[in-house]
Amino acid sequence: MKLSRIAVMALVLCAAAALGFGQSIELVGAGATFPAPFYTKLFDEYNKQFGVKVNYQAIGSGGGQTQLKNKTVDFGASDVVVTDENAKSFPMPFLSIPMVAGSVVITYNLPGSPELKLTPDVVSGIFLGTITRWNDAKIVALNPSAKLPNTAMTVVHRSDGSGTTAVFSDYLAKVSADWKTKVGVGQSLNWPVGVGGKGNPGVAGLVKQLPGGVGYVELIYALQNNMPYAQLKNKSGNFITASLASTTEAANVTIPSDVTKVNLTDSEAANGYPISTFTWLLVYADQNYDNRPKEKVEAMMKLIWWMTHDGQQYAEALSYAKLPKAVVVKAEAVIHAVTYGGTPVLK
Amino acid sequence: MKSERSSDSAFRTLLVLGGIAVSVLLIAIFFSLLLSSRSAIVANGYRFLTGSTWDPVIDKFQSLPFVIGTLLTSLVALVIATVLSLALAVLMGEYFRSGPFASVMRTAVELLAGIPSVVYGFIGLFFFVPAVRVLQTALGAPPYGVGIFTSALLLAFMILPYSASIGREIISLVPADLKEAALSLGATPSETIWKITLPYARSGILGGVLLSLGRALGETMAVTMVIGNSNSLTLNILGPGNTMASVIANEFSEASSNVYLGSLIEIALLLFVISTLINIAGKIVVNRMAAA
Repeated sequence: MKLSRIAVMALVLCAAAALGFGQSIELVGAGATFPAPFYTKLFDEYNKQFGVKVNYQAIGSGGGQTQLKNKTVDFGASDVVVTDENAKSFPMPFLSIPMVAGSVVITYNLPGSPELKLTPDVVSGIFLGTITRWNDAKIVALNPSAKLPNTAMTVVHRSDGSGTTAVFSDYLAKVSADWKTKVGVGQSLNWPVGVGGKGNPGVAGLVKQLPGGVGYVELIYALQNNMPYAQLKNKSGNFITASLASTTEAANVTIPSDVTKVNLTDSEAANGYPISTFTWLLVYADQNYDNRPKEKVEAMMKLIWWMTHDGQQYAEALSYAKLPKAVVVKAEAVIHAVTYGGTPVLK
Repeated sequence: MKSERSSDSAFRTLLVLGGIAVSVLLIAIFFSLLLSSRSAIVANGYRFLTGSTWDPVIDKFQSLPFVIGTLLTSLVALVIATVLSLALAVLMGEYFRSGPFASVMRTAVELLAGIPSVVYGFIGLFFFVPAVRVLQTALGAPPYGVGIFTSALLLAFMILPYSASIGREIISLVPADLKEAALSLGATPSETIWKITLPYARSGILGGVLLSLGRALGETMAVTMVIGNSNSLTLNILGPGNTMASVIANEFSEASSNVYLGSLIEIALLLFVISTLINIAGKIVVNRMAAA
């Protein structure tokens, strides 16, 4: 008797929870690991200010796309623009909204950590395996004052699939025809040379351990680990040190009306760092699917609006580059394009 | 009386159900792997087994480098672990069967089995990698530090507790009258170990080693941290390589296309088959040795 009464009570409680008696809105997102610290901070602040809980799982850009495809999350997050081909496998049209920018740096392990200047030609040579020693004539010519030892280079790349690799290979494919035909662009590649480390910490750790090591990591990891990183010659011919300012600067170009087509690698901006990228949130263009309550959709779109505006103030403290004003304007247009049953969610 | 018998039969039914559940689970795993990878199996063809290019950019998936990497790391680890575990087993089963030193040793070996593999990975990264780099420099090989040999060395220590514990049990089961007979005929203690104890216990010891091979084949985290994750085909054990479990762990979460995901599951299926084959082969060897 007693048992059955408890069971009934439990059932009622479950039903109450399912019907949302608490009235608190909880959003679920999943995707890119690179912006995860930024998102976590933003969602925490937003929850404090507006009482909307967001559960974000940093499972990787590919995972974020898959979860949105399967409609198991309210929004996905990706460091890479979804390819047209991949977009076809989504059940409905979706929109990508830029959130914050980041950059990828070339870090190295040399005695005395000299400052290095590198050109696109040299960088692609290193990662293609055609430049194999640190005292290669091309590197010496660029850095006449640096002491470059006669040690072999050990290339370190990511072993796991990663948006960082996608951005880096996208840059290399733009600056090197050889790279484009021999290796190509992707989150995982068939690397011609080198050893792989898991995640940014894995690559940073291997470069630190291997004398003559050279690899690519997100700027924030090089800063945190006190690792040297090279100045890169950009499209305008200027040598640029990666920084939050030079990353934002990379977006200082004519932004097309379709902001999702913006690609910052090898940017034309005179003072922009050439391996920069946006990271994106992905949401379905029409939010009236799977009986989603309108309140939830409104809460989500308000959150996204806040992230691209007030939320930007938290970016620099966490070593992310803010969205330039011109991009925020375009992002607003994308946010306004999100509808619920045909009518815009935010007016 | 009656209720006792019915509880007995209930207990029996429970055991049978448990046994069936485990077998069903195994078969279900096999078929779910087969089902999820069927499109990749069709797309990749037989070249999946024989080719050596793994290029997600052009959707070309061939697994030979990972199969070779898995077998190489496991076999080298097995050789190292067998030597070490034999020494430990004889020490614990023959020389120090009881007393404080024996219990400290036994606890230490058992604790080795409880260390999480990510911790082994860090130990490998900070101690084995620099040590192997010294070796590579001495041999004139590229001083990566990471590589197949480094992971084999690490794996050897990871599987040691299993083979050593089983070896110790088996050795302590060798009948005392056999050993006493040998000693009474004038054999020295070391002769007794080599000629009586080890031959008597060899099938059991080998069984323990094969059991630990299962762990070596499937070990992921520690291996991926020290193997260098290079996807090119290599037989050079001092160079970097990759294993089947490690490539799945590395690439699964970001595998976006269906063929890519399917190919990774196909690797899991292949690993399943290889593990099963090695297990069966091991059973046959152990049975033959026991019969001989």
